[in-house]
Amino acid sequence: MQPSYHQAVHRFALFLVACTLLLLIAGALVTSNEAALSVPDWPLSYGTLLPPMVGGIVFEDSHRKIAGAVLLLTLILAIWLWRAEQRRWMRWLGLAAFAAVLGQAILGGLTVLLNLHYGMPVAHACLAQIFFGILVSIALFTSNWWNADHARLDDSGSPSVHSLAFLNAGVIFLQVVLGAGFRHKDIPIWPHLVGAGAVLATVTWTGAALRRRFEHSREMRLAGILLHSFFGMQFLLGIGALWSRMSTANAPQPLPVTIAFTVAHTVVGALLFACSIAVVLVCRRLAPRIREVAARTPEQAALS
Amino acid sequence: MKARFWASLACLSGLALVLVSCGKKEETAENAPAGQPAATPIDMSTVGSVSGAVKLEGPAPKPKKINMGADQFCASVHPGGGATEEVVTDASGDLANVIVYVKDGLGNRTFDAPKTPVELDQKGCMYSPHIVTLMAGQTFDVKNADQTTHNIHPVPKNNREWNKSQAPGAPDISDTFAREEVAIPVQCQVHPWMKSYIAVFKHPYFAVTGANGSFDIKNLPPGTYTLEAWHEKFGVSDQTVTIGAKEAKTVTFSFKPATGGD
Repeated sequence: MQPSYHQAVHRFALFLVACTLLLLIAGALVTSNEAALSVPDWPLSYGTLLPPMVGGIVFEDSHRKIAGAVLLLTLILAIWLWRAEQRRWMRWLGLAAFAAVLGQAILGGLTVLLNLHYGMPVAHACLAQIFFGILVSIALFTSNWWNADHARLDDSGSPSVHSLAFLNAGVIFLQVVLGAGFRHKDIPIWPHLVGAGAVLATVTWTGAALRRRFEHSREMRLAGILLHSFFGMQFLLGIGALWSRMSTANAPQPLPVTIAFTVAHTVVGALLFACSIAVVLVCRRLAPRIREVAARTPEQAALS
Repeated sequence: MKARFWASLACLSGLALVLVSCGKKEETAENAPAGQPAATPIDMSTVGSVSGAVKLEGPAPKPKKINMGADQFCASVHPGGGATEEVVTDASGDLANVIVYVKDGLGNRTFDAPKTPVELDQKGCMYSPHIVTLMAGQTFDVKNADQTTHNIHPVPKNNREWNKSQAPGAPDISDTFAREEVAIPVQCQVHPWMKSYIAVFKHPYFAVTGANGSFDIKNLPPGTYTLEAWHEKFGVSDQTVTIGAKEAKTVTFSFKPATGGD
């Protein structure tokens, strides 16, 4: 593996992560402005690539155009990884990212063509988070930090930090699903509120375990701080989003305060989920399970 | 490896095409017109009528201001911003935009849908009229008098949902609703403040209250009927009325604004 390759693909992956964050903002703006069906056709908008940019069309068509750019960039990343990456699983991860964004585009199209029915908007919102998580993982796997040597950390606690981090990511994803369900009016608010309590528990537990068990590891401490920070922000934004939604429930149109809170809550939610994935991976990198270390051949260790 | 990569790509693209074409098939399969039995004859020499008014008891909520800044055309038509039409009353508390209709009592009678279409216009980025009533199977024409693009999206529970765009100067959009439904919300997602309602009936005994809150339902065969008044914000109110041969009855409905509301 060439170091120059790593640097270039890592920068490209980071750029794609930034573009996808922009795409998530654009998607959240579509929903918050109730503009999802302002363009009734798909994949073209009003039968053209350049529809009249007025009202809700501005949000929906911008979302489509940014999505098209992200699809193209992901295809480039997947081809790049397939051709240049030595780690076989990384090649497939690149392909998985492309499959996810392609599936996401199809779900987006079906969301429009099926008039937001059959759970399409929720599936679209959840796959967006998975895609973002895959891209953040690729950026991490191609970083110098990931590919450098690190002293192995021992995890003596129980349950293991791996189980905790994995549980935390799973609970956060479930909360993403519940949030999307509420946002798209498929379920009431209370499951999402219960989910917030569950996320509070797992984030606190995981962050505390990272801080206490690995107090000398800068990375583990940073992971815990990021997890807590994103959750704190997300919790406050959630309260803001709920308050603004309730206080403007009778408004004739979406109001800026509701749009701002809801978009921020959606995007920070995506960052929290991506952070929880990164915590799982960092734990796996720095404190591998004993059986994994023992089973690894020298060749695998070099390519991990 | 390369072959596997391109094979995977081809499979995913194929799946995309199949899914999209499935969605389109479902859309067109529901367009088949419903069968209509022959109309039951009505003895016009005995028919009566019911008229009356709908009142709002208590102070009416103020219309909410609409910000039309998202579209320059809409903003130019309403320089000071528009206002919602969900609660329209006069100084006496007469309530407009209430649908009054025969909910029950017609038995198994069937009726032909009128041949004349019902129109819904988009004027100044508002729907006109705010409430549309028609019979199942009657043609419903949507016009666009605005110099901006709209999408028209009825969201029924018992009828086929559709969402179509209409550019300035585009031909009318014509459609029908197959089943009775009170009332179908209509939305424009380009201009999210644009809201209207369509009520579909299987009989011709319905009316919408005008600016003075009055309604008039004519040519009712003698009988006992349940009349219902429907308002988008205040809900429904029912009354029973018996109409004799050639009799004209008067009925008054009243709604109370919800406490603590806006």
